[in-house]
Amino acid sequence: MYDFTYHRASDVADAVSKVRDTGEGQFLAGGHTLIPTLKLRLAKPSDLVDLQGIANLQGISASDDGVTVKAMTTHATVAESKDVQDTIPALASLASGIGDPHVRARGTIGGSIANNDPAADYPAAVVGLGATVKTDQRDIAGDDFFTGMFETALSDGELITEVSFPKANKAAYYKFKNPASRFAIVGVFVAQTGGGVRVTVTGAAPCVFRVSEMEEALASSFSSDAIKDIKIPEDGLNSDIHAQADYRAHLVNVCARRAVDAC
Amino acid sequence: MAENGIGARSLRKEDARFLRGSGNYVDDINRPGQAYATFVRSPHAHARIEKIDTSRAAEASGVVGVFTGDDLAADGVGGLICGWMVTDRNGENMKAPPHPALAQGKVNYVGDHVAIVIANTLAEARDAAELVEVDYGVLPANVDTDKADADGTPQIHDDIPGNMSYDWELGDAAAVDEAIESAAHVTTLEIVNNRLIPNAIEPRSAIGEYDPASDAFTLYTTSQNPHVARLVLSAFCAIAPEHKLRVVAPDVGGGFGSKIFIYAEETVCTWASKKVGCPVKWTADRSESFVSDAHGRDHVTKAELALDSDGKFTALRVSTKASMGAYLSTFASCVPTYLYGTLLAGQYTTPAIYCNVKALFTNTAPVDAYRGAGRPEATYLLERLVEVAARETGTDPAELRKKNFIPPDAFPYTTPVVLAYDSGSYEAVLDKACDIADYRGFAERREEANTRGKLRGIGFSSYIEACGIAPSAAVGSLGAGVGLWEGAQVRFNPTGSVTVFTGSHAHGQGHETTFAQVVADKLGVDFENVEVVHGDTDKGPFGMGTYGSRSIAVGGSAIISACDKLIEKGKKIAAHALEASESDIEYDGGTFSVAGTDRSMSMGEIAFAAYVPHNYPEGLEPGFEESAFYDPVNFTFPAGTQICEVEVDPDTGEVEIIKFSAVDDVGTVINPMIVEGQVHGGVTQGIGQALLENGVYDGDTGQLVSGSYNDYTMPRADDVPTYDVEMYETPCPHNPLGVKGCGEVGAIAAPPAVINAITDALSTEDIDMPATPERVWQALAQA
Repeated sequence: MYDFTYHRASDVADAVSKVRDTGEGQFLAGGHTLIPTLKLRLAKPSDLVDLQGIANLQGISASDDGVTVKAMTTHATVAESKDVQDTIPALASLASGIGDPHVRARGTIGGSIANNDPAADYPAAVVGLGATVKTDQRDIAGDDFFTGMFETALSDGELITEVSFPKANKAAYYKFKNPASRFAIVGVFVAQTGGGVRVTVTGAAPCVFRVSEMEEALASSFSSDAIKDIKIPEDGLNSDIHAQADYRAHLVNVCARRAVDAC
Repeated sequence: MAENGIGARSLRKEDARFLRGSGNYVDDINRPGQAYATFVRSPHAHARIEKIDTSRAAEASGVVGVFTGDDLAADGVGGLICGWMVTDRNGENMKAPPHPALAQGKVNYVGDHVAIVIANTLAEARDAAELVEVDYGVLPANVDTDKADADGTPQIHDDIPGNMSYDWELGDAAAVDEAIESAAHVTTLEIVNNRLIPNAIEPRSAIGEYDPASDAFTLYTTSQNPHVARLVLSAFCAIAPEHKLRVVAPDVGGGFGSKIFIYAEETVCTWASKKVGCPVKWTADRSESFVSDAHGRDHVTKAELALDSDGKFTALRVSTKASMGAYLSTFASCVPTYLYGTLLAGQYTTPAIYCNVKALFTNTAPVDAYRGAGRPEATYLLERLVEVAARETGTDPAELRKKNFIPPDAFPYTTPVVLAYDSGSYEAVLDKACDIADYRGFAERREEANTRGKLRGIGFSSYIEACGIAPSAAVGSLGAGVGLWEGAQVRFNPTGSVTVFTGSHAHGQGHETTFAQVVADKLGVDFENVEVVHGDTDKGPFGMGTYGSRSIAVGGSAIISACDKLIEKGKKIAAHALEASESDIEYDGGTFSVAGTDRSMSMGEIAFAAYVPHNYPEGLEPGFEESAFYDPVNFTFPAGTQICEVEVDPDTGEVEIIKFSAVDDVGTVINPMIVEGQVHGGVTQGIGQALLENGVYDGDTGQLVSGSYNDYTMPRADDVPTYDVEMYETPCPHNPLGVKGCGEVGAIAAPPAVINAITDALSTEDIDMPATPERVWQALAQA
């Protein structure tokens, strides 16, 4: 990796000001995307501002309405949280399937959604549950947060502080893994909430998206049979050596049905 | 059986250090004052080098040297070689292009070596490498093996038209044509044997060191055959005379063939250590390993198997295109010829076989031996053909195999493709495998799976391999540039412990354990008192190294020969001390006794007497140490049957291996635990090839698409089942231990068993390896 200056932030304001004051500075959360990128010399930040020591970016709180996960909470913590397991079991289950134990022990929810990898799991839940992303500056609706491949609504130097997930009546996530990386080739999150049914898809396209036709069908009959004939168009889906667009389109249907069955 | 003798499940001596993290790998070695090297590699698959400017890099912080191909040429450093001359079907020698260790004027694959940058730290070397300016004139890439010889395909080497190194044949073409024409049934198959990337857990590494006082070099390197590396670096690369070059291959973390070869990196680091005046260390990172280790397999084949009306195989015709990559690697040329065409008889009595192989250059990493080397390609082809023939003729696949097996009383059996098989019990092995796999109960299991919406299939693979490589005269007549014997030295220390020097090299095989078992058994000494030393050209006799499942069959036989010499000498010493005639001395398990008496001496007493020869036979040399070189009289022929049972999820195309049963005849088993481990590892690699692994180059740019673990799928624990592995021991009749070798059986046998199971489940033959979920789903959609 190239040389950079390391900073450890004491609180959110300190972190934000440190990044603002540097030329090409970046926040460092769990580092499970950023550090490998640095090691491959694919990025050259002037400064890294480590968020690890900021106490009020850690932790989970639950209420009857849902759970709030602070940005630096690791996937393992979410997966093992009794509060999350009791309130939104699908979210705990999703977190328990991210990467491998090493990734889950270091990777954070804030880092994951800020990076918005097309194959990441969390975006499916953020949109699927209609979550709210809170930053040092504002609240951003989950629906508006993910704007494209590795693109989000965050402005330069804006820091995610927490994500609030409303409770669902039923929800489940089903992931079909890339055999090599074990990222999602396709992951589908299905949720039945007070506001209706949501079906969100990650992995299949450059950015997480909703399948309105399935949402409508499930709203009238919440069963896998109700969506078994709904085909997703291949246009705009990802193609790579593991899965062409037609296969991904097919898998969206399979994963959606399996998620519904798991609800 | 002695407690830790032949046949014992002795725990591995080497594991104490490996499990504690105290192994000594090349990257663990640091020499005083060493500098670090990094290589500037080609980002293009095919390009002319218009200009290289190293001036900025040379001035960068910490840099002690920057060198290019011109510098090597100016010093007379020779290029990398291919050590096996294949003669093609027109009687012409294969075409071997120049293979400079650093490119001269042209790069021919992504990762090809352009320059070396040496600096005080690795970070400085990498920073400076980015300052080496190379102007490339990019040329169109040729990466498709099947099209490499087609009109219009980019030509890689100026004087090698059609990108063809050789057009080789074996067998009686006319007899095969005639048999196919008159056959009752002909099964035809077109298959791809996918390119594999070795991925040893330890990346390649090298430290070159020059000592001006002795005017000698030392190379620490990740090698399966340090003596051969020294020979090649001396005789062909002209780095140093052989007596002025020591090669040390300490603990090595997996090779699978990829560490047989002599690569550019160790050649240049050794040479450069004298130029810069300090030791030069290089260790590949994983990305470099992907692009620069020699790859394996990469065949495209069309084949026809002819059957008569009784289901007897009458002929086999094979036409293969084999990618060599951009250059000929060290043993590349023998892999798709003498390790492939010669194996096409399999376990069968097929009377007429013809094989044509076109070896073609592509803009890809060189292809060379990878676990199995040619024999997996032959086995995959043959065992898929046999399975398809069984289905097409409505014959049970086990019965069709049995009908065509070489019977036990037919050995020695000479096949129509050169080899003389020494022994085998093919039908008994297959029957045992069927029992373990509960083949009879399969139909019921398939029905049950259907009720769960799963497609269940079962597939066979009855394989044979030629191992114990190899009789020197035989391989010499086929073009090998070396003899393939092995050396050993067995030294009793005066206090009765034993040090064994072997030319074999262990990089995961457990030689320190199995060789010690053999010696303990033979000489009647404690297993704990036998130390096996390998991997250093300054210690012990010259040796040819470890590959082709040869270590126990050839290296172990050499050790036995040295032990026999010690026993003969021991008899003389015992006869003198016991005041008996030498012909009356009997030896058994470490004790020399006078026949018919209770007078005896232990091996320890003999050894002590040899080193303290106060009362000693007149004229006999003191000391108790013997060397031996063993040249095998034939290959060995491990064989067996492996059976795979799978379930396919038709919704997703996912394949789950439900059961994998193997019965392997590797001859006498020295350590069943280690043999089972070798089979487990080999089968897992075979399953990796069948389901997961694929080396893919982009057809337009020639970039390696599967250049990281995000895209190259290594098998993991949850991809494979618990294996049912059993042995069937038919001892090899021509070596002293009766051993055949076991390192490659799994990688050779497993791929067709897996694919035959999948094609059985899908009822289609139209699927290539790796059978990824997407490919299975597509095959189902098209079936």
